[in-house]
Amino acid sequence: MLKIENLHAEVDGKQILNGLSLEVGAGEVHAIMGPNGAGKSTLAYVLGGRPGYEITQGTVEFLGQDMLELEPHERAAAGLFLGFQYPVEIPGVSNVQFLREALNAQRKARGEEPFSGGEFLKVAKEKAGLLKLDMEMLKRPVNVGFSGGEKKRAEMVQMGILDPRLAVLDETDSGLDIDALRVVGEGINTIMRAPDKAVLLITHYQRLLDVVQPDFVHVLARGRIVKSGGPELAHQLEEEGYEAVAA
Amino acid sequence: MNELATLPTTRDENWRYADPTWLASADLAELNDWREITVPAGETVCEILSVEPGAERLRVNVGQGGRFELFAINAAGPYARAEAVVTLKEGAHFEFGGVTIGGGKNRQEFVTRTVHSAPGASSNQVVRSVQWGQAVGNFLGRIEVVKDAQKTDAAQNFRAILLEKGASANAKPELEIFADDVKCAHGAAIGALDDTAGFYMASRGLPPEVARKLLIHAFVADAFEAIQDEDLRGEMLAKALNVLDEEAV
Ligand SMILES: Nc1ncnc2c1ncn2[C@@H]1O[C@H](COP(=O)(O)OP(=O)(O)OP(=O)(O)O)[C@@H](O)[C@H]1O
Ligand SMILES: [Mg+2]
Repeated sequence: MLKIENLHAEVDGKQILNGLSLEVGAGEVHAIMGPNGAGKSTLAYVLGGRPGYEITQGTVEFLGQDMLELEPHERAAAGLFLGFQYPVEIPGVSNVQFLREALNAQRKARGEEPFSGGEFLKVAKEKAGLLKLDMEMLKRPVNVGFSGGEKKRAEMVQMGILDPRLAVLDETDSGLDIDALRVVGEGINTIMRAPDKAVLLITHYQRLLDVVQPDFVHVLARGRIVKSGGPELAHQLEEEGYEAVAA
Repeated sequence: MNELATLPTTRDENWRYADPTWLASADLAELNDWREITVPAGETVCEILSVEPGAERLRVNVGQGGRFELFAINAAGPYARAEAVVTLKEGAHFEFGGVTIGGGKNRQEFVTRTVHSAPGASSNQVVRSVQWGQAVGNFLGRIEVVKDAQKTDAAQNFRAILLEKGASANAKPELEIFADDVKCAHGAAIGALDDTAGFYMASRGLPPEVARKLLIHAFVADAFEAIQDEDLRGEMLAKALNVLDEEAV
């Protein structure tokens, strides 16, 4: 589904990704762990196509397409979803309006019929219910005045509504209380655990991985994948730290 | 009062951001031709304005407990100015929502002078400017609170979004307050469209032009929030955004 090869990227002239390679197959959940400043969020942004992130070398293939050729909104329509470490506030634009426009823009790009207001609300209600987010919150402007945990939950409602093929989730667990962590983890399983979907889960903690059990765990350090393994690698990291495991 | 003996120049405070070329050949008699509006005590008058090229000047007297509402779109050029001098009696209210929107070399401005002439009057003014090309959006808002006009509540807010490098905006709040129990709030901010929000929206599948329109829609909506009639509010918004669709790059 996703094939990253020898990716080099820089921001403001500073090289951050340094020959990163990673392959994610359909039906798989991959966890990426790594020290602060390693380049995890940078990887997520580069995959999303954020302006200012310059790719100097390497390739990214997504569902058979050269992803680096696509504009950010085209990547979304192709099935990519980016869960932000810091979700962005958009004053004056309600979640409902934003997500309906976004979903219909994606559907249009894929040559599908747009959802009517009623159809959209039905899906939105179902996904909000799944994440235990009050529908009233979705009538408010995007992320404005949401608590840290509410923002992360709202991100997952967005994911549910947009129904992507590949979700790259950047520290979706940070800022969540213990109960919310379980709700969000189970939400990710419900929405994304399918034979034709995949997840790239960026996290610092085992707790989320107890709920969303990864098939593979990678350590990202100094801009590349320095170690890969199964779920046991996350446990080893939790006990011994990055220094010892992936020096 | 307010009669001009000679043509003003941009050295006059009140005309400092005006188009000097237009001013030099303006018609003095026309400039002195104020449109008068009287709002009787306790009544409400709502004025909807599509600003035309040139200068349009309103003189409004609002009686005790009356309410004057002015909602305006200024999308004209090369120079378009709407000016209002509003005098408020006891407990009266002035509500103003204005939008300047345009590109090219258009110079679009709102100029208000709000006189709180008796106690307990209030005013609320919200102006939003969206400019591109080399266009300029201005808001000059003068607030006067006479001696003894206690419990005055006057608020002014101006924000501008510049879509391109050559565009600009000017805000000039002016307060002249001779009473002591007065609440005056004013704010001004000039900036570009939020790139971070733009990327966030794109990452959800919104093409840049749709994302931009949503952001500008939300921005402009502030100015018309006080319009009670929902249909009218929608019409005003659509009219302002239409300018963006038709002209913006
Ligand atoms: N605009 C920028 N200019 C220069 N350096 C940058 C810029 N943005 C990020 N960096 C640097 O790139 C490096 C990687 O940042 P990134 O956010 O990808 O780390 P991370 O692995 O997500 O860390 P964390 O675990 O703290 O979230 C950091 O050293 C950071 O300071
Ligand atoms: Mg990060």
